[in-house]
Amino acid sequence: MTERIRRRRLAGAGGVVRRRLLVAVPVLVATSAGMFALGAASPIDPAQQYAGAAAFTTSEENLAQIRANWGVDDPLPVQYARWVGNLLRGDLGWSTSRHEPVVDVLAARAGWTLLLVGAALAVVLVASLLLGTLAAYRRGGWFDRGLRASAYAVQSVPVFWLGLAAIAVFALSLGWLPAGGLTDITATGTDPADVARHLILPVGVLALSQVPWFVLFIRDSVADSLRDDHVLAARARGLPGRTVLFGHALRTGLLPFITLIGTHLPEIVGGAVLVETVFSLPGLGAVTVQAALGSDFPLLAATTLATTVVVLTANLATDLAYAAADPRVRLE
Amino acid sequence: MSAAVLARVRRLPRPRPGRVGATVAGTVLAAAVLACLFAPVLWPLDQSAVDLSQTRLAPSLLHPAGTDDLGRDVAHRSLYGLRVSLLVGVVAALVAAVIGGAVGALAGTLGGVVDRVLMRLVDTIAALPHLLLGIFIVAMLRPSLGAVVLSIGLTHWLSTARIVRSELLSLRHRPFIDAAVSGGAGRLRVLTRHLLPHVLPRLALAITLMIPHAVWHETALSFLGLGLPPHLASLGNMINDGRASLLTGAWWASLTPGLALIVVTLALATLTARWRDRLDPRVRAELQL
Repeated sequence: MTERIRRRRLAGAGGVVRRRLLVAVPVLVATSAGMFALGAASPIDPAQQYAGAAAFTTSEENLAQIRANWGVDDPLPVQYARWVGNLLRGDLGWSTSRHEPVVDVLAARAGWTLLLVGAALAVVLVASLLLGTLAAYRRGGWFDRGLRASAYAVQSVPVFWLGLAAIAVFALSLGWLPAGGLTDITATGTDPADVARHLILPVGVLALSQVPWFVLFIRDSVADSLRDDHVLAARARGLPGRTVLFGHALRTGLLPFITLIGTHLPEIVGGAVLVETVFSLPGLGAVTVQAALGSDFPLLAATTLATTVVVLTANLATDLAYAAADPRVRLE
Repeated sequence: MSAAVLARVRRLPRPRPGRVGATVAGTVLAAAVLACLFAPVLWPLDQSAVDLSQTRLAPSLLHPAGTDDLGRDVAHRSLYGLRVSLLVGVVAALVAAVIGGAVGALAGTLGGVVDRVLMRLVDTIAALPHLLLGIFIVAMLRPSLGAVVLSIGLTHWLSTARIVRSELLSLRHRPFIDAAVSGGAGRLRVLTRHLLPHVLPRLALAITLMIPHAVWHETALSFLGLGLPPHLASLGNMINDGRASLLTGAWWASLTPGLALIVVTLALATLTARWRDRLDPRVRAELQL
């Protein structure tokens, strides 16, 4: 690649980043405004929420004082502006369900969720690329038909039921793996080996529940490109089957796959919430559910917005990866 | 990301069930729907009844799927759970279709700036994890039947909006629309009398395709304790209850509700896939060969 072309492509990438950011800002504004509107329409009184059980004994003056301190009776636009201003300054608020700052909750928990999602995504990618390509190579064969049938079947199994089944079989009947938690009850710190052993089942379950889409996609994609001219040409030149399959057919089939990862990421995050609940993992999912049960607006809004930012960033990354992988795609 | 690639990613490979598969699926589904419809007459259930002398009994002739933590028959409650889940699924799918249909019709008929803004909105919501969004909606409205239906409706209308919009865009420039307009028909009349009848089959298909997703969403919310009230027999509630008894060895408490959910949604998906194939002229030609 000459210097000039490289520079032009980098400039194009910068343009994509700029345009994506231009879209991301309205998206975040719309999401936060929508969430704020829902929170404002909610019948829950934040002052009583804060006081908890003490709300029954607290005098009406004290509750009114709390409301005045918090400004919850101000006009809604004023409240919204104040909330967004606080968010921008890094003050995410006070979690009423966990009785600690929202920032602390996110800092302590987000890492485990990212680890779970990241590990599951890695397993999904490796498994689907391998299985999908093999199925496409012998399409119509018993492996292809079996794989497709089981993929359609797994698609309709809810991930939390899959998790319970995995616990019943691998943890309770066979006793191979722990049934939940992040470490052994007796453990004092987080030993990587211990954590890894505890994550095998959750990661496996989350990956298995997401693999069908990716495997079916890769299978069809590679099956299509096996009929392409350049693949036939590679065959005609006498290249070995494995080289043609993985070097030529899979490579062209891979491009739309990058986009699929981007569009499927929200799905995986939703699955992670359920998997964390099933396996009692201390990630963001468990906190989100706890916050929802306690109508904890600051924490819920923060987790939803944080997830939105992560997903938008990932979408940008897939866009750039797509352009990097396919020279024909001009970044515009 | 180019539009063509996105369209291809959305059109994920789906099963191509044959006639036998569709017949089996249809029979299973018909049996399930009939059982749900006539359950209150033939086999009434007292939702609040518990029998603490019969807790966690393994499957037997008297209790084919065993009993749960509170001595309730799992098979009996699974039937009622399926009933509630299907009902919520159908109603929520209809709500989603109304929202999606309205947005799609607005975008497809008005075009221009309205179209661009609405479709950008659709893309935006599609990029958010809809389970989290659903949890947020339910939490702010307090868990209840209405909140669950609204939570599903507000997160599942996107595909319907896209379908209705693209159908309308392809219909807009057909000669019979031009004929209606030159005959003096107003915008509303063209939309309701000439455009909508052509969109209806695709819309009906979209609603049916939505039902399994709506059922999964409801079950997931109930499983998290954010769905229907806990004493009510719903598949998600039952699987959640079974989670606790699983650790004491009663694996059967969440087995049957899960299987019921899988079998019925799989049957529904198979049947709609067959329907979609019949609707698509290219695939129909293939099927008849």
